[in-house]
Amino acid sequence: MKPADDSIIDVQGLSFSRGERAIFDAVDIQIPRGKITAIMGPSGTGKTTLLKLIGGQLRPEGGKILLDGDNIPSLGRRELFEVRERMGMLFQSGALFTDMTVFENVAFPLRVHTELPDDMIRDVVLMKLQAVGLRGARELMPSELSGGMARRVALARAIALDPDIVMYDEPFTGQDPIAMGVLVNLIRRLNQALGHTSIIVSHDIKETLGIADYIYLLSDAKVIAQGTPEELADVDSEQVRQFMQGLPDGPVPFHFKAPDYYQDLLQEL
Amino acid sequence: MLELLQRLGHKTLSRLAAIGRAGQVLVQSLVAAPQPLVMLPLVLKQIYFVGVLSLVIIVVSGGFIGMVLGLQGYTILVDYGSEQAVGQMVALSLVRELAPVVAALLFAGRAGSALTAEIGLMKATEQLASLEMIGVDPLRRIVAPRLWAGFICMPILAIIFAVVGIWGGSLVAVDWLGIYEGSFWANMQQSVDFYDDVLNGIIKAVCFGVVVTWIAVFEGYDCIPTSEGISQATTRTVVYSSLAVLGLDFILTALMFGEL
Amino acid sequence: MRMRTVEIGVGAFMLAGILALVVLVLNVSGLNLSEQTGGYKVYARFDNIGGLTPRAKVAMSGVQIGQVTAIRIDRDMLMAEVEMEIFNDVDYLTTDSSASILTAGLLGEQYIGLVPGAEDEILGSGDYIRDTQSALVLEELIGKFLFNKVSE
Repeated sequence: MKPADDSIIDVQGLSFSRGERAIFDAVDIQIPRGKITAIMGPSGTGKTTLLKLIGGQLRPEGGKILLDGDNIPSLGRRELFEVRERMGMLFQSGALFTDMTVFENVAFPLRVHTELPDDMIRDVVLMKLQAVGLRGARELMPSELSGGMARRVALARAIALDPDIVMYDEPFTGQDPIAMGVLVNLIRRLNQALGHTSIIVSHDIKETLGIADYIYLLSDAKVIAQGTPEELADVDSEQVRQFMQGLPDGPVPFHFKAPDYYQDLLQEL
Repeated sequence: MLELLQRLGHKTLSRLAAIGRAGQVLVQSLVAAPQPLVMLPLVLKQIYFVGVLSLVIIVVSGGFIGMVLGLQGYTILVDYGSEQAVGQMVALSLVRELAPVVAALLFAGRAGSALTAEIGLMKATEQLASLEMIGVDPLRRIVAPRLWAGFICMPILAIIFAVVGIWGGSLVAVDWLGIYEGSFWANMQQSVDFYDDVLNGIIKAVCFGVVVTWIAVFEGYDCIPTSEGISQATTRTVVYSSLAVLGLDFILTALMFGEL
Repeated sequence: MRMRTVEIGVGAFMLAGILALVVLVLNVSGLNLSEQTGGYKVYARFDNIGGLTPRAKVAMSGVQIGQVTAIRIDRDMLMAEVEMEIFNDVDYLTTDSSASILTAGLLGEQYIGLVPGAEDEILGSGDYIRDTQSALVLEELIGKFLFNKVSE
């Protein structure tokens, strides 16, 4: 039950809260280099927040996030932008720039961060678009794409600079089965072909289990289980089993915290 | 009572914090090593959206306001037999007050609300976050060009407003009401001073441009990224910038023309 | 192609702004950039200048030939002294010209009207116009009128 010793991201004692509610309470997570790591858990457990913390868009209240030894929260603005060039992130909505074509969207990181001549940028963009199967859609505007296509374009943009780490925020949510299958395939293939580290945040159990090398299960601001998909299937814990099998009631209650039902009904207004 | 006080204190503090954040946004977007090659096309594009597309409303309202001023001025001044002073009245009120103020109000409604909504929507669709993750500072890429465009466009729009308004006034006074053209223009030229009136009017327009664009951009950048949050931010932009323009106008007028 | 329309639009916009500024400066505020071509200074003393201000025009037969540059009190004579700048090409003002403060319309601006006399000598820089007529002050006029009525 231990991740590989060679971890690219090492989260130590991370604490973060929104208002009164603790999102993370002294959480430790190691992301192994070159593998696909999945962060899973019910909605609202701060999975997306974790990605934003790693990307330096939020600052934690305590703990360290080490990326190859650099503590991200303590970096200055300029260093942070440099570190981010090593990361690619696929947002839930795709987050394509709506005023640019598909081609320009993918070319954008290259234009900003490299001094490549136009014809080389064109080659790189076409390669990335070919990888996601959308080379023919390069002249379309984002508003003309379907949700699945938009996510694939966003993926091409996220890998445009050949980052060391690619983060996927709920890549499967709201996709039809075909698009979902395409994405699962893409994530695995790209990970193998480009050798980067992938972090997937998701609550789609079947798809995620299919591609992840290592899984962290978050609930109630803690890591409640971790391990390879096979190991997780055997964990003897009510909470884990409820999530993995999708049972409606269990340790994670069906009812939101509320006073006693009968008391509430009888209470005079 | 205590609760009321507490709520008032809380409101005041959060306003203060918002002003602080607004200042931060302004400084972080504008104080940076200039990259003219990157910025210029972006600013040009924003000038197009903010300035060129506001031109129609500015020209139309400027023309009508000038015509109304000409008509009203004539009916009042003709009682004193000094209707040739209409030119002076139209030009002074336009150059000193109406052109900067009305142009700024229209600018807030036309361009300011659009800026807020655009940036707010970018935030809601995670485009700003995605820029950050690509390693591009959205303040410099998205906010700064819009700020510059607003700063540049507002004085130009006010000047155009004034000229069109004066033309509208002369149309009514000279062409329709038959005031002698020579005395219309001569009276105007004698009473309007370049430094006291024209330059001060332009200074006002520059100040209004800065304030309106700043409010618009900040409200968009700081909004709650939901459809409700964006609509509230857009409303706030128009309300705050209108109030700011009118309040600032009084202060500037007192400084420029008053004996304060 | 889209970028080109943007550029053309912005260019036209800027040009319109500059043109409008030029119109404002030249046509509306009447700022005369060739003012420095200057002229020669002529002085005149008045008992009362009424509402005359600097930059008021100096005209002959209604045509502008200069402008008022300064107004002050002459300490020796205890009268208002008006300094005017007459355009250089005006070389027909005789030494016995007369200056009077006139009003354009009933409530209009006040200006100085010059009427040349019959002498051969021409006014030069720094000369004084002796024959002056003060501004018409409404109160004085009414006073005179009443006084005449009473004395009748």
